[in-house]
Amino acid sequence: MSNVPSTLKYTKSHEWIRVEDDGTLTIGVTDHAQEALGDIVFLELPEAGRALSAGEACAVIESVKAASDIYAPVAGEVIANNQDAIDAPESVNADAYSAWLFKLAPANAADVAALMDAAAYEAEIAQA
Amino acid sequence: MSDHDSAAPMLRTPLYDLHVSLGARMVPFAGYEMPVQYPDGILKEHNHTRSQAGLFDVSHMGQVMLVGPDAAAALETLVPVDIVDLPVGMQRYALFLNERGGVMDDLMVANFGDGRLFVVVNAACKEQDIAHMQQHLSGRCKVEVLADRALLALQGPAAGAVMTRLAPETARMVFMNTATVTLVGAECYISRSGYTGEDGFEISVPADKAEALAKELLSHPEVAPIGLGARDSLRLEAGLCLYGHDLDQNTSPVESSLLWALSKVRRADGARPGGYPGAAVVFEHIAQGVARKRVGLRPNARVPVREGAELVDADGRKVGVVTSGSFGPTLEAPVAMGYVESALAKPGTQLAAMVRGKPVPVEVASTPFVPQRYHRG
Repeated sequence: MSNVPSTLKYTKSHEWIRVEDDGTLTIGVTDHAQEALGDIVFLELPEAGRALSAGEACAVIESVKAASDIYAPVAGEVIANNQDAIDAPESVNADAYSAWLFKLAPANAADVAALMDAAAYEAEIAQA
Repeated sequence: MSDHDSAAPMLRTPLYDLHVSLGARMVPFAGYEMPVQYPDGILKEHNHTRSQAGLFDVSHMGQVMLVGPDAAAALETLVPVDIVDLPVGMQRYALFLNERGGVMDDLMVANFGDGRLFVVVNAACKEQDIAHMQQHLSGRCKVEVLADRALLALQGPAAGAVMTRLAPETARMVFMNTATVTLVGAECYISRSGYTGEDGFEISVPADKAEALAKELLSHPEVAPIGLGARDSLRLEAGLCLYGHDLDQNTSPVESSLLWALSKVRRADGARPGGYPGAAVVFEHIAQGVARKRVGLRPNARVPVREGAELVDADGRKVGVVTSGSFGPTLEAPVAMGYVESALAKPGTQLAAMVRGKPVPVEVASTPFVPQRYHRG
């Protein structure tokens, strides 16, 4: 059974979002996603300063078998990406919630409030 | 996650229940539900096979026995390979060619003696191959489809020691030797060969004994179950072609860099030249050369370069395409193979592969990428 921390927000495309005290977002992929992807060997993450629209394919995560897109959960501007994760992609398999991928300043706080909570995401992956 | 693009029911091998009980993730492959990985995952499974021994279920492949005193000469009418002089107890790699010299499938042929040839073909091609053999050979020999046999592969540096415990006589076998031995009380056809670049065996076992044999092999501490995911990364590092990707109906054996598989006696200046489909094209390709060739590719970056990526030269001109590409766990780096213009096929040639619109530098490299460790005695 996948780990779904109750303190985070989620998307249907299996990103997790942590809302920081300053309103910025820290984003990664869920434990369910890393489990489904298998051994992760490469990450291509958006650079700081890049403007993203909601749902935009903005990063790529590659397992041995295949490449998958990662989507912007909301519109906003990239503040940072995680060089440690780029250098050690397997850290996403080891702990998907520590190995964040990028940080985003959201364009609209209201978009963030509309993201799924843990219960909704658990229901989502239970159907799949 | 929904790869079921066919309405046809999925087939299962005799080891389906065992795979599920071992926690395999089952995926559709060539019409079968097959294990792509077990809970250890592809990287660990790959590394386990290189360091100890892996057990693979390849029962989806087609097994056929050609029977009759004329079987070898008959099979030579379909393949550019010396079958007539294949010694008893030896196996050889072969190709079915179409009239245009394209590769219909690659296969293994073993001489079991007494006019019996044991043939193993790819799962995705087996209906075509069986029909092809029945159409062209059934007047000269019996074409017996061995649908009641499973096929296991035991691969890795510990495979020889494990097999010796089960059947001491297998210690004498070297690469491409075949033998009939009794395992778990069943008559098994064994070859010392495989698809990983490692020493190992492929074992044809009666379907009703397959699970008992798999459990016996897995009871040895060196042996772990390995899925199709690691099978692919292992064969790619070993520089071995995957039919339907690196070889197809539109690639000749010369373009495919499989000239080594074309027996000298079947070439234009050999004792038994031609006499198989596409021979004229093959002779022309050998004599005149070809416009493109299959090569190994080493990306000089961490990003995997995958099947379908275009290859370009320094001016951005398209010069080829990637046909297999992945991350090589033993190399800890991406590896690929593909077709390039023959003038660019020399190892060391610098090209670029287009990945998501961006050029990734790649170098043409000799294969195998990882040294083959076959047991040659």
